[in-house]
Amino acid sequence: MGRKVAVVGIGHSKFGVRNDVNIAELAWESIKQAFESANLEAKDIEYVSVSNVGGWSGEPLPAVVVSEYAGLTGKPLYRVEAACASGSSAVYNAYNAVSSGQVDIAMAVGVEKMNESPTPTVVEFIGRAGNYFWEFENFGLTFPGYYALYATAYMSKYGATEEDLCQVAIKNHYYASFNPKAQFQRKIDLPTCMNSRYIAWPLKLFDASPITDGSAAVILASEEVAKKLTDSPVWIHSVGAASGSANLSKRNDFTGLEAANIAAKMAYKKAGLESENTAKFFDVAEVHDCFTIAEIMAYEDLGFVKRGEGYKLVKEGQTYIGGLIPVNLSGGLKAKGHPIGATGVSMVAELSKQLLNKADKGRQATIKNGRAIAHNVGGTGHYAYVTILGLDKPKD
Amino acid sequence: MSMDLSISRFWRKKEIIYKLNGAKCKSCGKVHYPPKNACPYCGSRELELVELPRRGKLISYTTIYAIPEGARHQSPIYYGLIDLGVTKITAELTDIVNANSLKKDMEVEATLRKTQEDRDAGLIYYVLKFRPVLVQK
Ligand SMILES: [Zn+2]
Repeated sequence: MGRKVAVVGIGHSKFGVRNDVNIAELAWESIKQAFESANLEAKDIEYVSVSNVGGWSGEPLPAVVVSEYAGLTGKPLYRVEAACASGSSAVYNAYNAVSSGQVDIAMAVGVEKMNESPTPTVVEFIGRAGNYFWEFENFGLTFPGYYALYATAYMSKYGATEEDLCQVAIKNHYYASFNPKAQFQRKIDLPTCMNSRYIAWPLKLFDASPITDGSAAVILASEEVAKKLTDSPVWIHSVGAASGSANLSKRNDFTGLEAANIAAKMAYKKAGLESENTAKFFDVAEVHDCFTIAEIMAYEDLGFVKRGEGYKLVKEGQTYIGGLIPVNLSGGLKAKGHPIGATGVSMVAELSKQLLNKADKGRQATIKNGRAIAHNVGGTGHYAYVTILGLDKPKD
Repeated sequence: MSMDLSISRFWRKKEIIYKLNGAKCKSCGKVHYPPKNACPYCGSRELELVELPRRGKLISYTTIYAIPEGARHQSPIYYGLIDLGVTKITAELTDIVNANSLKKDMEVEATLRKTQEDRDAGLIYYVLKFRPVLVQK
């Protein structure tokens, strides 16, 4: 299993349209906070993993630019990419460096500047996710279209409605209203969501996450070093990772994401937890709600509830604070924003904050179990990462 | 960027696109589309092109309104995930009079239709789309 690894520092930039900074400055906002919260300096960092999807932004070697601006030149440096799950891949990459004993202190930085390109270009770029030639170019299937196919299949199998999907957006906007780092700090009501225009039926504009600039950073340390740095480490109990087929047509099920389910089972197994009826293990979750249907499928892929019951959770308000399991108290991708390469790192930073009772007023979960779970998907289940965090030191 | 197609690439793929040719694995027997040089299920490189059934059933569907530049005039595009029995395929649906008529398990069949015109050369691209099978009375 390797060495125990703890989160000892976190940083998070304001998400939104960030034309006021370049990519290095944007990343630095998070890196600086991470240094301060860990009481460390650039010289202490032994390994740097930067997640950035890019394409829409100007820097072809973003990791190098980010690293130099932060005074990290000279350190082992990687740029990692796993589409919308890139951030989790950076955390996993840094985790492995510490866990394996290669280094004692590693940093994962996620950064994305999507607004450097015009919106249609960004939309098309995202649309090419999947198997570009076959499903996009010849046949016009866009990225929202992929998720729409899942939404239609889910709704016709289980009877969920467009109103049920909108409940996810309403909840996530509600919590984003308490998060000063969120792109949309405003609540929405059901008519706002239901009356928004269709992107890919049954998904509407308010079922979709926005185009976002932002960054997040975490510093990970070995047990020995973590003990010296902090009295309140947040431990990484396990990471599960998996992938799915490029073409949708090679998949068997369209009511859940198989890769996310495999990653979840792997994470549970490594953490010594059962993989069914899992909500009881956690105080809070951050899940990948790039579209509202994705959050509902996440409840089921993570085993919070049985297949076909995910939509009932949100309908009954069970994923608000006080319910079965509070989900996306940050506002989620939907309202906090989705700077693709930063999202996974943002999830780990956010959950560390939640576990330490440091979240903003109005969106702090009650911490009883001392465990939290992050679910980050790339593409439409092309990549999946599930990360379990906890206040107790992982068992040997 | 736009939805422009490449003439030469389209030409190379015409057997697959026009005839709906998938690949059948001689080792494990599974069929896949679009054809690749190795079986995505068992890794064998012993494959043969086979014409896929031109009729199937809708597993799922969507109506896409947000269309990238270059094809925006085609909005909305009806889109289906189709079970052909031996394999599945994602394809555009055509001849849809009313989006409400789309249902899970609806029978659809392949038909050759225009998709785009090349802006400079004026070439017209055709692809296979799927239309509802009309019920014979
Ligand atoms: Zn085979």
